Amino acid sequence: MLDVLTGFLEELRAAGVPVSLAEATDAARAVQVVPAADRAAFHQALAATLVKSPSHLPAFETAFAVYFAPRGAGVLGEDEGSEPEAASPNRGAASMGAPGDGGGPGAAQRPEDLAAALVRALLAGDQAAVAELARQAVARLSGMEPGRPVGGTYYLYRTLRQLDLASIEAQLLEALAGQAGQPTDGLRRRLLEDEVAERIEALRRAVQDEIRRLLVADRGAQALHRSVRQPLLEQVDFMHASAEELRALHRAIAPLSRRLAVRLARRRRQGREGRLDVRATLRASLSSGGVPVALHWRPPRPAKPELMVVADVSGSVASFARFTLLLLHALASQFSRVRSFVFIDGIDEVTDLLDRTEDPAEAARRVTTEADVVWLDGHSDYGHALTVFQERWGAEVSARTSLLILGDARSNYHTPEAEVLADLAARARHVYWLNPEPRAYWGTGDSVVGAYAPYCDQVVEVRNLAQLERFVADLA
Amino acid sequence: MSDAAPLGGRFETTGGLVEDLGFVDPGPARFRGVADVVARLAEVGYLADEAIGTVVHLADRLAKPVLVEGPAGTGKTELAKSVARATGSRLVRLQCYEGLDETKALYEWNYRKQLLRIQAQAVLAPEGTEPAAGDPRDPEGTERRWHDLESDIFSEEFLLARPLLEAIASPEPVVLLVDEVDRIELETEALLLEVLSEHQVTIPELGTIRATRIPLVFLTSNGTRELSEALKRRCLFLHLDYPSLERERAIVAARVPGIGEELADQVARVVRSLRGLDLKKHPSVSETLDWARTLVLLGIEQVDPASTRATLNVLLKYRSDLEKAMKELDLAAAGGDD
Repeated sequence: MLDVLTGFLEELRAAGVPVSLAEATDAARAVQVVPAADRAAFHQALAATLVKSPSHLPAFETAFAVYFAPRGAGVLGEDEGSEPEAASPNRGAASMGAPGDGGGPGAAQRPEDLAAALVRALLAGDQAAVAELARQAVARLSGMEPGRPVGGTYYLYRTLRQLDLASIEAQLLEALAGQAGQPTDGLRRRLLEDEVAERIEALRRAVQDEIRRLLVADRGAQALHRSVRQPLLEQVDFMHASAEELRALHRAIAPLSRRLAVRLARRRRQGREGRLDVRATLRASLSSGGVPVALHWRPPRPAKPELMVVADVSGSVASFARFTLLLLHALASQFSRVRSFVFIDGIDEVTDLLDRTEDPAEAARRVTTEADVVWLDGHSDYGHALTVFQERWGAEVSARTSLLILGDARSNYHTPEAEVLADLAARARHVYWLNPEPRAYWGTGDSVVGAYAPYCDQVVEVRNLAQLERFVADLA
Repeated sequence: MSDAAPLGGRFETTGGLVEDLGFVDPGPARFRGVADVVARLAEVGYLADEAIGTVVHLADRLAKPVLVEGPAGTGKTELAKSVARATGSRLVRLQCYEGLDETKALYEWNYRKQLLRIQAQAVLAPEGTEPAAGDPRDPEGTERRWHDLESDIFSEEFLLARPLLEAIASPEPVVLLVDEVDRIELETEALLLEVLSEHQVTIPELGTIRATRIPLVFLTSNGTRELSEALKRRCLFLHLDYPSLERERAIVAARVPGIGEELADQVARVVRSLRGLDLKKHPSVSETLDWARTLVLLGIEQVDPASTRATLNVLLKYRSDLEKAMKELDLAAAGGDD
């Protein structure tokens, strides 16, 4: 048992989930306390002791599914005793390269028959039958070849395409509607569609589990895990984030911006111990015989922190720009006093625009289409953008203002006009620069980050969520 | 306290056996197993799934605190309360907020009472009967009286127990709930560590107070900030997400008196569809219950577009969310009905 666990821990660490020695020991204790045969309890015992952050859960689930995939054929089926007939045909299915011989009930079925059987099983909500049919479908339709170093996405796609998922979905929708009576209004239709979507998702998962099981049997857990593990969300590079990752990032940004807001608010509260409240102190001293034991203070007058965010939205940082716009939007909804500016070679204020648009995707679209950010040719010109910023809004930068600049400082060999930033920095309370480029590239080519750095409190490399989180944490 | 303390430095000698590690004895089991946890929580009206049952069972057997994290309104606080009810324990609650310090969390000396005690001493022992404290003519007596006084005013009589000390010192079984732990500052978290891993409180003037019976501890967090590694390492982690359709339906049926099975099912389905949308704030379980109660009060037996539209503001609190839900669930067409 301990060996298995140690191997699993290594996989988890390889996937980026930090597991300390104390947590590993807890896991070992925990699995001894739960009933050994209970797979769900075993899963939960490991999750509770090893995963301490929701963002690590997906990585854990993948590792668990691969590492503790029922090995060999029909292991689960035999234990549960629910499908005695499943054991023998599956032995055949698991030996790869002989996909046709996976017998079982109705082995000679064509894909259409398999699909029809699936519709019946899904309609009845019979999970054991769905799993069994998924097994047959994978054996017959995926065309798996042993020994290929793949993660299985292709097999999944291929199986589902041959099953004709869309048609299964349509049939299921019709059948369910027939059961409950035709939906008379849009609401019921929508509820029905969501139900169907969930059952189809269950089928997709069953097929995926089966493929994974066969792959593990073929190549071993560690090899498979190497091909299926994905970077943790917090490590995904903003510059190369896929659309799906960007959506996930968007969800993660909201709490982060709230944390940033708390950081700034907290700082202003700690900044100054208010004045002594003589009246309250005297009143309190009466209960201790006139000795002023507990001093009471007037709350410090809260100075509103002001945040000005200046973001590069040019083509060179396009992916980063999509992300910065999300951050801008999230910040705007947390602070009342945040002013947002975007630039390429011209610069424009977008505070109102962000305020009026609640949906971040819509806000991003409007910023890129409506803001007047092109001055000459639409190539980044930090010097000109800063100069215009200084001219038009420089007077509003005060000792309470924090200036946050987001960009790679690649100015296409225009003059950096660093003295403009120097002047702004002298008046602002803080200047932070977040750079989406790897630190190693700074100062190479047309990067002028070195010219600006002396006037910033901090220039930080922010390429992923983890680094942004660290920046926010260090702000305090 | 060092991080290595829980292992007691004996880790190397253990070989494959984990029982020898010198962990604290969890005491007699409160539950007979995962199924027992689920059953007894159900008795007090909390419908736990297997994940919750397993973690509570582990918390009991391993004597470790549980860190419950998840969106607002998924029953995190309720879980602690229900466990207290199910085990017949007293619930001690520490509500966290920014600026919480040890005088509010652990203990505080009642210095007003101490001051009164000192003044009373001067009044009750007037000059002449005995030399007063600090009397230069009697240095020995002064020393003795000072010593008496010191041990007197730093006794338990003058100690104000705050929730953490109260939970540790309580002779009866206790469930300790540290609510919204993500609201305290990172530095303040350190206050909790001794209580969470050693189950003791050290008071310099009195010594160390140990728990007679290790309390079950629940910490809840809304995930507004990342908690420190030190804290997370000491806890079991339970991520409480929105319940599955079946569980939510059961919760509605159990907690809303007078609701029909069909309505409960429809309520759960509408809420599931709403959670599938990209909203600013998804409806929580408590909001689901509020909505179900509203429908029952209004005498509605079937969820239809008109009634949903009229009561949707119980579930969704943002204007933009309401508009989006109307559009997505095709409720706008029913506008003319009411």
